[in-house]
Amino acid sequence: MDEEKSKKYTTVSIPVQLYEKIKKLIEGTGFKSVSDYVTFVLREVIASIEEEEKEEVFTKEEEEKIKERLRALGYID
Amino acid sequence: MPGIPKPHGGRLVERVLSDKRRLMAIEEARELIGLEISREVAIDLENIARGVFSPLEGFLTRNDYEAVLDTMRLEDDTPWTIPIVLDISEEEIKEKEISEGDEVVLQYSSTPIAFMNVEEIYAWDKKRHVVKVYKTDDVNHPGVARTYEMKDRLIGGKIELISSIKNPFEKYTLWPKETRVLFKHKGWRSIAAFQTRNAPHMGHEYVQKTALTLTDGLFINPLVGRKKKGDFKDEAILKAYEVLIEKYYPKDRVVLAVLRTEMRYAGPREAVFHAILRKNFGCTHFIVGRDHAGVGNYYGPYEAHEIFKEFPDLGIEPIFFREFFYCKICLGYMNEKTCPHKDTEYVIRPSGTKIREMILRGEIPPKEVMRPEVARVLIEFGNPFVE
Repeated sequence: MDEEKSKKYTTVSIPVQLYEKIKKLIEGTGFKSVSDYVTFVLREVIASIEEEEKEEVFTKEEEEKIKERLRALGYID
Repeated sequence: MPGIPKPHGGRLVERVLSDKRRLMAIEEARELIGLEISREVAIDLENIARGVFSPLEGFLTRNDYEAVLDTMRLEDDTPWTIPIVLDISEEEIKEKEISEGDEVVLQYSSTPIAFMNVEEIYAWDKKRHVVKVYKTDDVNHPGVARTYEMKDRLIGGKIELISSIKNPFEKYTLWPKETRVLFKHKGWRSIAAFQTRNAPHMGHEYVQKTALTLTDGLFINPLVGRKKKGDFKDEAILKAYEVLIEKYYPKDRVVLAVLRTEMRYAGPREAVFHAILRKNFGCTHFIVGRDHAGVGNYYGPYEAHEIFKEFPDLGIEPIFFREFFYCKICLGYMNEKTCPHKDTEYVIRPSGTKIREMILRGEIPPKEVMRPEVARVLIEFGNPFVE
């Protein structure tokens, strides 16, 4: 079932002018088709969006130091 | 819910010398060429060093500067609309024998503030600059006037902060690292930022509370720093917000802290700049009202809304508001989209000019315009406006 699913494709429409631009752009690159390129770019975009959703990671020590100042200023109890 | 965004450019800039290194640095600074800077530059140095201006690590070098003017982006395509530059005169360059590759120390009132690596020294065309940034070369525009007062060369390069200048608003100064920890501690995943250079009237309160219905938290972030004559004094704005929040806001859903930088009055470009800075503070949304960062009639009332269309990759969501007013028939704050009486005598618009006149006369504006508690705080100042 999973294998079947992975083989399925769907169609999305893009303006012809954009399609032509991409076709030219990928000449001489490793991309075999416009579809390959678009799939690549969309994956990249989605990954960057997901990346942005991640919160900043501070070390425990750093976070505690910051919280100390926030407490001193009255921002947290 | 979106979650706290990554800083602009992907990384929070940190260019502050460690305590250990600072002691040595003060000694080293004595050996270097010293350049005297203004208070405004000293404040912005700290903004660079503590990540408020991420991804900038210093003053713009030529390619970035040109890209910002022409495309409203840094050379690497990151959105950036206001050039952050350091000016220097030809005489200073000659007299102090400054050349590219030098390390200099930037000092304010002879106190070393930061090291700077002089990567580039370049000429700039002030007229081109003001037309691009301010969309006018009229010297009556405060941003244009300030630009024309600047020196004739720019120096670009990375900086490292040695020490901060005195901050009269220490209690309300938070850096992006701190707001990010604070928002996380509060469990907020969506935060609306409100930029202001005014004491709050009812229209502002309505906008903020409307935004707060959509988000977990509200970050009220008044800009404190050099402003034009007639704007509210920084202390007055803060006192007014203290009393407003105390009496009328859910305290667990609001954070009040200042943004220390000068007003540029660059309208639409500055609106995007303001949004980027709030993204660095960890906000997910940015409130854009009528004539954001505008002055006089240099910009259309909603030009600052339009410009955001050019930045699908900004990383912070603008929330656009039209002008709000009180409607005596609807019995509440409305806008042109929600009220059928907008052009009638039943509408009271909070006018900055009228509020200013009443406050200066010691009169409390109508309660539909300004909270009496806020008005009283402002009246106690005598003159709460920049002279």
